[in-house]
Amino acid sequence: MIGSQDYYSNEIIAEIYAQALEANDYEVEREFRIGQREVYLPELEAGEIDLFPEYTGNLLQFWEPETEARTSDDVYAALEAAVPEGLRVLDQSEATDQDSYNVTKAFSDEFGVTSLDDLAGVTEPITLGGNAELETRPYGPAGLEETYGVKVGFTAIEDSGGALTVKALVDDQVQMVNIYSADPNIAANDLVTLEDPKGLFLASNVVPLASEKVTDEIAEIINAVSAAMTPADLVAMNDRSVNGQESADDIAADWLAEQDLF
Amino acid sequence: MNVFAEAFAWLFDPANWEGPDGIGARLAFHVVFSLAVVAGATIVALPIGVLIGHTGRGREPAVVVSGALRALPTLGLLTILALAMGLSVLAPYLALVVLAIPSVLAGAYAGVGGVSRTTVDAARAMGMTEGQIVLRVEAPLGLPTVIGGIRSAVLQVVATATLAAYIGGGGLGTYLFSGLKTGNYPMVLGVSMLIIALALVLDGAFALTQRLVVPEGVRVRRGTARLRSRPSRPRAAMG
Repeated sequence: MIGSQDYYSNEIIAEIYAQALEANDYEVEREFRIGQREVYLPELEAGEIDLFPEYTGNLLQFWEPETEARTSDDVYAALEAAVPEGLRVLDQSEATDQDSYNVTKAFSDEFGVTSLDDLAGVTEPITLGGNAELETRPYGPAGLEETYGVKVGFTAIEDSGGALTVKALVDDQVQMVNIYSADPNIAANDLVTLEDPKGLFLASNVVPLASEKVTDEIAEIINAVSAAMTPADLVAMNDRSVNGQESADDIAADWLAEQDLF
Repeated sequence: MNVFAEAFAWLFDPANWEGPDGIGARLAFHVVFSLAVVAGATIVALPIGVLIGHTGRGREPAVVVSGALRALPTLGLLTILALAMGLSVLAPYLALVVLAIPSVLAGAYAGVGGVSRTTVDAARAMGMTEGQIVLRVEAPLGLPTVIGGIRSAVLQVVATATLAAYIGGGGLGTYLFSGLKTGNYPMVLGVSMLIIALALVLDGAFALTQRLVVPEGVRVRRGTARLRSRPSRPRAAMG
């Protein structure tokens, strides 16, 4: 039984796992788009779901909100230790999908900002846009001030970095927005993703979360998938979903055919 | 029961009420914004509804159009409007006006159109102009139903105005979105109860107004209600 978050990109990855296993003659049941961690993690722990695409940083922060780990390897190591009994994480992929702060090209050029460190030199007030929960997240306005000494205002826009968020940014109603790093909207709107040299955000690589029913043979197949998936692959697949309106099914099948793993 | 206790604790904690992001400020915004929406919808729909009710013409198109407006998903409309004209408070305002128009319109044409034609004919025979008939006969007699339409619009808008927060518009919805995403369910429940209470208070105020505006001549004394006609209730009239 494979599950996925209620997030199109996550569903594509789950579909890839499913098709990879089917290509190796395993029988797979799909239970996609089941909401957020609060909902599906209990089901994984109860053994209702056996395999689930996750993101190292966000998952670690769910179990250990105070974690100090920031780099990809640290986060993965901490995550391996934090996973509850009965579950394990398989190898993490190079592909990442994490929170990131983005500004318009014009803003970046005007103030010479390419990294969060440069924000201190911006003379105009900055308002940050993102989902309401961002205001209370460790990497939200409070974290920005603590880590980079930048004070920002906050406007809640509830579409998870979608079209409305981009619109607010382009219209200069907010000057910086939180968009997932694998979102094709970043390139499509010529946005600049600010670098994060001091590690405000946790690295968040794609990682499969598995139950005990996932045998070593199955793990090997999924690990091969994770090893083959690059960050650019993920962005390209997301782009086909968002801008091409293609189904997760087709996108997953095409990617697997391209990789020729099995 | 624990969540309820926590919800009440959140709701009655004075610290949560203070400041520009406190419950007090957001509640005030929510009320003013909702009433402004209904006022806007009334300005648009009332004259049209009265005209339809008075002439008896255009009732079917009005039913079709308001049915179609009711079916429009407000969140979808809000997104399209915000994309077209930017993320200001205007987008949720217009989306909610569209939500409120059908109720106001239906109340207006049902109220005015529901006035007995015999009464209207009598007024006409007495030499009243059409304007006088509308203002002095149909308006007072139909007023309870007209206000009933506005009343149900208020109820819908107060509950749905939470969507304004979807694009950073503020109001009580801010607590809902933030609470749902962060699993702060006491806050979600607390603010939900506050919105329900607000809706009930406003609904009660309108119910009272509705009762007070029934003209003396058609007021029904208790016990005789079944014998005499009374302007029809909005819900029944709207189907």
